[in-house]
Amino acid sequence: MAVISYIDAVTMAIREEMERDPKVFVLGEDVGKKGGVFKATQGLYEQFGEERVIDTPLAESAIAGVGIGAAMYGMRPIAEMQFADFIMPAVNQIISEAAKIRYRSNNDWNCPLVIRAPYGGGVHGALYHSQSVEAVFAHQPGLKIVMPSTPYDVKGLLKAAIRDNDPVLFFEHKRAYRLIKGEVPAEDYTLPIGKADVKREGEDITVITYGLCVHFALQAAEKLAGDGISSHILDLRTVYPLDKEAIIEAAAKTGKVLLVTEDNKEGSIIGEVAAIIAEHCLFDLDAPIKRLAGPDVPAMPYAPTMEKFFMVHPEKIEKAMRELAEF
Amino acid sequence: MTEKRHEVLGLSDEKVLEMYETMLLARRIDERMWLLNRAGKIPFVISCQGQEAAQVGAAFALDREKDYVLPYYRDMGVVLTFGMTPRELMLSGFAKHEDPNSGGRQMPGHFGQKKNRIVTGSSPVTTQVPHAVGVALAGKMEKKDFVSFVSFGEGSSNQGDFHEGANFAGVHKLPVIFMCENNKYAISVPIEKQLACEKVSDRAIGYGMPGFTVDGNDPLEVYKVVREAAERGRRGEGPTLIETVSYRLTPHSSDDDDRSYRAPDEVAKAKTQDPIITFGAYLKETDVMTNELEKEINHRVMKMVNEATDYAENAPYAAPEDALKYVYGN
Repeated sequence: MAVISYIDAVTMAIREEMERDPKVFVLGEDVGKKGGVFKATQGLYEQFGEERVIDTPLAESAIAGVGIGAAMYGMRPIAEMQFADFIMPAVNQIISEAAKIRYRSNNDWNCPLVIRAPYGGGVHGALYHSQSVEAVFAHQPGLKIVMPSTPYDVKGLLKAAIRDNDPVLFFEHKRAYRLIKGEVPAEDYTLPIGKADVKREGEDITVITYGLCVHFALQAAEKLAGDGISSHILDLRTVYPLDKEAIIEAAAKTGKVLLVTEDNKEGSIIGEVAAIIAEHCLFDLDAPIKRLAGPDVPAMPYAPTMEKFFMVHPEKIEKAMRELAEF
Repeated sequence: MTEKRHEVLGLSDEKVLEMYETMLLARRIDERMWLLNRAGKIPFVISCQGQEAAQVGAAFALDREKDYVLPYYRDMGVVLTFGMTPRELMLSGFAKHEDPNSGGRQMPGHFGQKKNRIVTGSSPVTTQVPHAVGVALAGKMEKKDFVSFVSFGEGSSNQGDFHEGANFAGVHKLPVIFMCENNKYAISVPIEKQLACEKVSDRAIGYGMPGFTVDGNDPLEVYKVVREAAERGRRGEGPTLIETVSYRLTPHSSDDDDRSYRAPDEVAKAKTQDPIITFGAYLKETDVMTNELEKEINHRVMKMVNEATDYAENAPYAAPEDALKYVYGN
C-alpha cells in the first residue's frame, strides 16, 4: 500500500470522485490554475477543465451560496474556503441556508454540499490563519462536521462527504497536510461519517481528541507506555454529530478521561464530550474529567513564543496524561 | 379605443385575461389572509399587495416547464403562476401539515415546491440570490437551456449576497434574471435612505450586465423586459438586472403599523395606481374584458379563495413529534 501525505489524500479523494460522478465539481479561490494555495486541488484543473474546477471571485458568501444553489439543483459541489478563518462571511449561507434546507422544506429539497477548509495552528499563521472554527458550527443540527487525522481517514471520509445527501463541513488540519503521512489504498472506499475510531487500545487512561492532536496524543502514549502506563485513544473524526456510543464506551473503559482540542477551551467541542461523559459515565469515572485546550484568548498570536504557548503539543499532552494516570 | 399593447407583445386576449385573473387571485388570497389574521385564526401575514403586476408579468414571461424561480417572501403572484395552488397557499397560512412549502414549519411567504421548481427560501433576506446563480451554473454545466429567476426588495439590493451573486453571474455569464421589486420601503426605511444611486438598476453596470427600470404596476411592461432577459440568458449572453417600481400598499407585515412612518395621503395616492385597478381598466378599454366577464372572474376567484380557506382551516396540523423529522436524509 502506498504511503502518501494527508494533503495528497485530499486530492486523491476529490479526483476519484470527479472521475466517478460528473456532477461533482470544485469551486473556490485559486483552486483552478494554481491548484489551491496549499495545492489540495493540484492537477484537477488540467484533468477536468475550468468548468469543473472553478476559480471564483474572492467572495466567500457567494462560494458557499452558489454551491448551495448548485447542490439544490442536484450537483455535488465541493466548495473550498481558502482558510477556515475566512469562512465567517459565509456563515449566514451555511447556518441559515445549507443546514436548514431539508428541514425547512419538510424534506422536499436537500443540499449535498461539501465545504472544505484548512484549519489549525502551528504554522506561523497568526490570528487569522490558525483558528479552529468547528465550535461555531457544532451547535447546528443539519450540518455534519468532519475533522480527520490520518490520510486513510481523509480519503474515506472525504469520499463519504461528497456522496452524502446533506451539507458537510470538512476541516483539514493545515499542519497535517505535509507532516502526516500514512498508508492509503489505491482502491475506492468510504468511511462512515458520525463514527469515531479507536486509534490505540489501552487500559489505564483514555484520551479523546481529533485532528492533529490525535498524533500528539499517540506520541505521548508511546512515551507513557515505556513507564507502564497504557493509554486508550479515541479519534472523534466527526465532531458533529458526535459518536456518543463510542465516547461512552471509551470513557467507561478506563474511568480516567483526558479531552484534548487545539481550540479555545470554553465552549469547544470537548465541552460537549465532557457533558456526554458526565451524563452517562459518572459511576464509571475514577477521576474528574480533564481537559487540555488552547487558552481563552481570541486567537493564536504570531510570535513563536506566544504561538508555542497557545498550541497543544506532545509534551503538554504527556504531562496531562501522567497527571491523570497518577490521580 | 386604447391600443392593444399586449398584441404587440404576442400575447392573446386569453393570455392577458389569465394574467389578470392570477393577479386578482393573489390579491384576494392576500386580503383573506389579513382577515384571518385579524380574526385571530392565523398568526402572521406578509403581503404581495401592490406588486402583483410585477410578479405575474415576470412569471408569465418565463418558461413554466423548465425555468427555476427563487422568489422572495412577497411573491405570491410568482408562485401562483408557477403552479402553487390557492389551497396550498392557505395551508401554508394556517401552518398545516399538507403545506407543500414546509409542512407547517415556516411562516407564510417562505415559498418552496420542488415539483414546480420553486426553490425553498428563508427569512434572512437576499440569501436566495447566490442560490439562483448556483442553479444557473448547474444548468450551464449540464447544458440545459433554462434560466433562473430571482427576486428581492430594494432594501435587499444592499446586502452582500446581492453584490456577490450578481458579480459571480456576470463573470461567468450565467442565465440569471435578477428582479428587484422596488416597493419604496424596507419596512420603515424609505428608498432615499437605502440607495445612494438613483435607481437599483444603476448597479448593473458594476457587474457587467444590462439593467432596466420599468413600471412595476404594468404587467405588460414587466413581461416584455423579463422575456427579453430570458431570451438573452438562453442565448448565452448572461444575466440581467431588472427593477420594477411599484408601491407597498399594506404595512410591512401583519405585525407592522405603517402610520408611524408614512403619510396616509401617500398611501391613498399610490392606491390610485393599484395595478389590479389599472390593468383591469386597460382590459376594459381594449374590450378584452366585459363587465360580465369581470363578474365571472371575480366569482371564480372568490370561490377558489373560499374553498381554499375552508379546506386549510379544517386540515390537520403536523403531529408534535414531526418536529424531529428531516434533520438529515438517509
